[in-house]
Amino acid sequence: MIAKKQAAESATDRLSRLLTMVPWLLNRQGVEIAEVAREFAVTPAQVEADLALLFLCGTPGGYHGDLIEAEWESGRVYLGNADTIKRPLRLGVDEALALIVGLRALAAVPGIGERDAVVRALAKLEAATGSAAAGTSRIQVVIDEGASNEVMAMAQQALTSRRRVHLRYLVPGRDESTERDVDPMRVINFDAQWYLEGWCHRAQDVRLFRLDRIESLTILDQDGTPPVTAQPRDLDSGVFSPHADDQLVRLALEPGAAWVSDYYPTESVEPRQGGGVEVTLRTADTAWLRRLMWRLGSQAAVLDPPELASEVQDGARQALEAYAPSTRSARSSGSTPASG
Amino acid sequence: MSTQPNAAVKIERLLNLVICLLYTRMPLSKAKIRDAVPQYGMTASDEAFDRMFERDKDELRQLGIPLVTEPLDVFFDDEPGYRIDRREYALPEISFAADELAVLGLASRAWAQASLAGPAAQALRKLKAAGVERDDSSLIGIEPRVRTVEPAFENVKNAVLERIPVAFAYRTAGSGEVTTRHVQPWGIASWHGRWYLTAFDTDRGAPRVFRLGRIEGEVATEGKPAAYEVPVGHEPKAMISNMAVERDPQPAVLRVRLGAGHSLRRRGRTVGADDETWSRVDVDFTDTEAFADEISGFGPDVVVESPTELRESVIRRLTGALGRAAGSEEASE
Repeated sequence: MIAKKQAAESATDRLSRLLTMVPWLLNRQGVEIAEVAREFAVTPAQVEADLALLFLCGTPGGYHGDLIEAEWESGRVYLGNADTIKRPLRLGVDEALALIVGLRALAAVPGIGERDAVVRALAKLEAATGSAAAGTSRIQVVIDEGASNEVMAMAQQALTSRRRVHLRYLVPGRDESTERDVDPMRVINFDAQWYLEGWCHRAQDVRLFRLDRIESLTILDQDGTPPVTAQPRDLDSGVFSPHADDQLVRLALEPGAAWVSDYYPTESVEPRQGGGVEVTLRTADTAWLRRLMWRLGSQAAVLDPPELASEVQDGARQALEAYAPSTRSARSSGSTPASG
Repeated sequence: MSTQPNAAVKIERLLNLVICLLYTRMPLSKAKIRDAVPQYGMTASDEAFDRMFERDKDELRQLGIPLVTEPLDVFFDDEPGYRIDRREYALPEISFAADELAVLGLASRAWAQASLAGPAAQALRKLKAAGVERDDSSLIGIEPRVRTVEPAFENVKNAVLERIPVAFAYRTAGSGEVTTRHVQPWGIASWHGRWYLTAFDTDRGAPRVFRLGRIEGEVATEGKPAAYEVPVGHEPKAMISNMAVERDPQPAVLRVRLGAGHSLRRRGRTVGADDETWSRVDVDFTDTEAFADEISGFGPDVVVESPTELRESVIRRLTGALGRAAGSEEASE
């Protein structure tokens, strides 16, 4: 993935990085190559290649004293003689857009403690970007409340006071209400849903809890510092991270159900003859898929595995029996006498 | 140096060009630039140099570098000179407090899974380049993430920013019919996790809202930038949320199997025992189709008693699921 990105890096992308790297380094003399690599999301070898390139550039003349001085043999980077490009280039339209739209969305988040900092940062940024920020008000991200303010406020309170919480939590994929103690790590918003991430003592692992499925949250009078081994999930690989050994499921989706391929992480999405798509996805638990298939009705079908296809079918048949007048009356007269 | 790949030579050339044009106070002629930037000296002919220089200028401008063209001599304006305006080039001196950097970090990472991930990260680096403050976003405890899974996002966003009319194939929600739409994009917004476009539909002569995920194939531009005006104070999210028609809630009566349907029980007005297997749940809903989606998902664990409309919607889904599962293999090939 990374290798592919680097191969595809355009001249302008690399130039843009170099023009940012120079002022960044000038203000951090002696910084380690590894840290530069981390900051600029490239390999240490790429940092060295960039430095070697900077070393060959400079003001007209091309004599030794005109060139940028770069020294990194010790593993620490020192840069000099780069006055002409000591300031970063102004923010481009997309750069200004990303930060401004992101800050405005943050400012509207209910219960955010740092609203004041958001407002100050936004004002400075708008002043500094000028015309690049012109159209950004017409691009908006709405981070909706999603959960009752109360649960959110209590989760944040538990976080800041480092308290353990007790949750009654609904696992909708299994239609099950569960009880568990959790050490909160952070509150995140992903795809317009709020989650509490924390160390779950029941699962002995890091778990995400959707705030709107928390039936009740109690702050316990107990230290809630998660174990040192508890690592927050890497959100950039998605909230639902499938395992390689999960079961492969193949679905046929009509156009009306094609949103499913956007909503869930898929292994592949192929157009089907006559419209719609065929998707492949991995999952450890098929309960949620059965429910999804009932809900999608004629808009979707399980192609693989056949057991799942017949489970969907059996469930649908059983559900429909309840609507057939004869079977219903037979049942209510059969089991228990109606109480009233 | 001749063993270096061409790509590196090109970067050296562009970087030297930037430095040279920032360094000069007076505009430079093409000939002077060719002398000053060593990598141009390697080009064989005047024509090759001219072509290369034109492309390089375009690339610098694409990056947002303010390369200006000015007459070399006020009396003879036939020969243009070039320079980069230093003040226009540089990010203005701004310093951010630690808490401001922290929220900027959050705003930047919000795009980490979106098509703007690159620009968002680069913007933050530029702002941090000048200072050495550490940001500690973990103190805030909130991490928003936006996604742009819709392939049309990039082109539609650009059309919105530049006010360029566009055309695209659009699949309607109900019938799934695909038609070509011609619009003047006004704004875009991510709402409930999906991106929407607000625009003036020139064929229908009225404002419309489009879901980016229903745009199929290419988004074609049909005009020049700044081709139309956007209504003053246009708020995409207001227009999009107005689409969702508010209706009065109506009552439903459900039978819910014991131990199941937790989310329905939670919302129920009254929950009573029917017999040993079933509870009776009275619950209000506004959107029949959305509620039918939810109920169908419970399969055999929830039965709709009333109203009839909701009952039929659920039966339709379940019948569809039964039918499709039965004939699925046949239908797929």
